[in-house]
Amino acid sequence: MDDAVNDKVLLSLDVNGSEHEVLVEPRRTLADVLRHDLELTGTHIACEHGVCGACTVLVDGAPVRSCLMFAAQAEGRGVRTVESLGRGDELSDLQRAFTEHHALQCGFCTPGFLMLAEGFLAARPDASRAEIREAVSSNLCRCTGYQTIVDAIEDCAARRRAAERTRSA
Amino acid sequence: MKPPPFGYHRARDVAGATALVAELGEDAKFLAGGQSLIPMMNFRLARPAHLVDIARLGELSFLRRDDDRLHVGALTTHHEVESAPDRSVRGFEVVREAMRWIGHLPIRTRGTAGGSLAHGDATAEWCLLAVLLDAEIVTASPRGSRVIPAGEAFLGFFTTLLEPDELIVEVVFPKPAPHAALTEFAERRGDFAIVAAAVDLDVAGGRVTGGRVVLGGVAPVPLRVPAAEALLGAGERADAELFAACGRAAAEAVDPPDGPGPGADYRRSLVRALVARACEEALAR
Repeated sequence: MDDAVNDKVLLSLDVNGSEHEVLVEPRRTLADVLRHDLELTGTHIACEHGVCGACTVLVDGAPVRSCLMFAAQAEGRGVRTVESLGRGDELSDLQRAFTEHHALQCGFCTPGFLMLAEGFLAARPDASRAEIREAVSSNLCRCTGYQTIVDAIEDCAARRRAAERTRSA
Repeated sequence: MKPPPFGYHRARDVAGATALVAELGEDAKFLAGGQSLIPMMNFRLARPAHLVDIARLGELSFLRRDDDRLHVGALTTHHEVESAPDRSVRGFEVVREAMRWIGHLPIRTRGTAGGSLAHGDATAEWCLLAVLLDAEIVTASPRGSRVIPAGEAFLGFFTTLLEPDELIVEVVFPKPAPHAALTEFAERRGDFAIVAAAVDLDVAGGRVTGGRVVLGGVAPVPLRVPAAEALLGAGERADAELFAACGRAAAEAVDPPDGPGPGADYRRSLVRALVARACEEALAR
C-alpha cells in the first residue's frame, strides 16, 4: 500500500444548509460521515449494499443511498437529512402525515422513507398512487406494511397541492 | 460491510482521468455513480487500490440527437434518461422506457449509462440495449479514442473489451428503433432480472420484415438469438402467433445456466414468455 491509500482527505460538506469540515479516510461513506462525524444519527444504516433504503438522504434534491456514496463524492453538493425536515419540536407536514396514518411502528426505516418521499414529491407533486407505490418499492419496512406509508405520502401530496391552489387563488 | 481502503483522486478532464488511471496501474478504477462498484466494495468483492472520481466531468453528461443518432454521455444518469422529454428520445423510446427496470429511484439518480456498460452485467439494461440496437461505445485512453461496436464489447462474465485505463465517453445509438421493447422478470420489483428480453422489430404493412432479439440471464454476456431472429425476417403477419413462435424458438436456442436458484428450465420458460411479450410491446409502441 502506498501513502495515498492511508491518507485522510479534508472534505467540506454542505449538510442541511451548514458547512462542515471533516477529515476522513476516502473509504468513509456519506452515511458514516453523517452519523459518526457529524452526529446526525437520524440517518439509519442497515444493509450497507443499497437494498434496504434506510440510509436514504437527498443530494442536490434527489434521493440517494448514502451507503452507496463516499462522502468525498458529496463535496460541492447539497446534502439533506431527516434532521432538516422539522423545526425544533415541530414536525413537518410529511412527518405529521406519517404519524396520522400510522405509517411507522418501530421507526427504524422511517427516516429513509421520509427522505425518499420528500425528494420524490418535490419532483413529482402530482404523483398518482401507483407512482407513489413504485417509488416506495425502493425501501424496506418490516413492521407496518406499505399501505399506510403510501396513504401518508398520498395525503401529504394532496394537502400540498390544496395549499398551493389556495396560495395561487 | 465497510469498503476496503483506497486512494481517492478527482479528475478534472477526460485526458487527466485516463492518464492518472494509467499511471496508478491496474488496481486503479474509474468511479462514476458507484451504484455497482460501491456495493461490490462494501462486500469486498472489489478492492481497487485507487479510485479516480470522474463525476466532475460535466462534459460527459448529455442526451443529444444528431440526425438519426442518439448520443448518450457516459455520465448521464438512468434517471436523467428516464425523465427525458419526448422530442429528445423520439424513435428511441425503448431506451427511455427501459430505465424503469433499473433498480429503484435512488439508484437511478446516481447510476450512469457508462458505468453500467463498463460493469458489463449480462442482465443490465444498458448492455442489452447497446447490443440490441448495434450501438457504438466511444472510449478514450492515453492511446487515443476508439469506437467499440457493442456486439464486440462483452467478452464474458462481467468482462468487457475495455482496457483498465480506457474510459467510456459516450454510447451512440445509430438509428431509430420505433418498434422496440425491453421487458424482464425478477422476483421483487427492482431486483436484478432473472431473465431479460429485448426485441427490435422491422414492421411494414402489418408484417414483420426483420428483427433482433437479445437476452440477458441465459449466458455470461447479452446474447443475440439468430434462431429467433430468423422467424422475424420471413415477412410473416405481425400477430400473436408469430410472436409466440419467436418465443419458443428463442427458448429452444438457449442453454441457460443451471444450479442454485432459478434453474435452466425455469429460465427457458421465462425466455419463451418474455420474448413473446417484448414482441407484443414492440409492435404496440
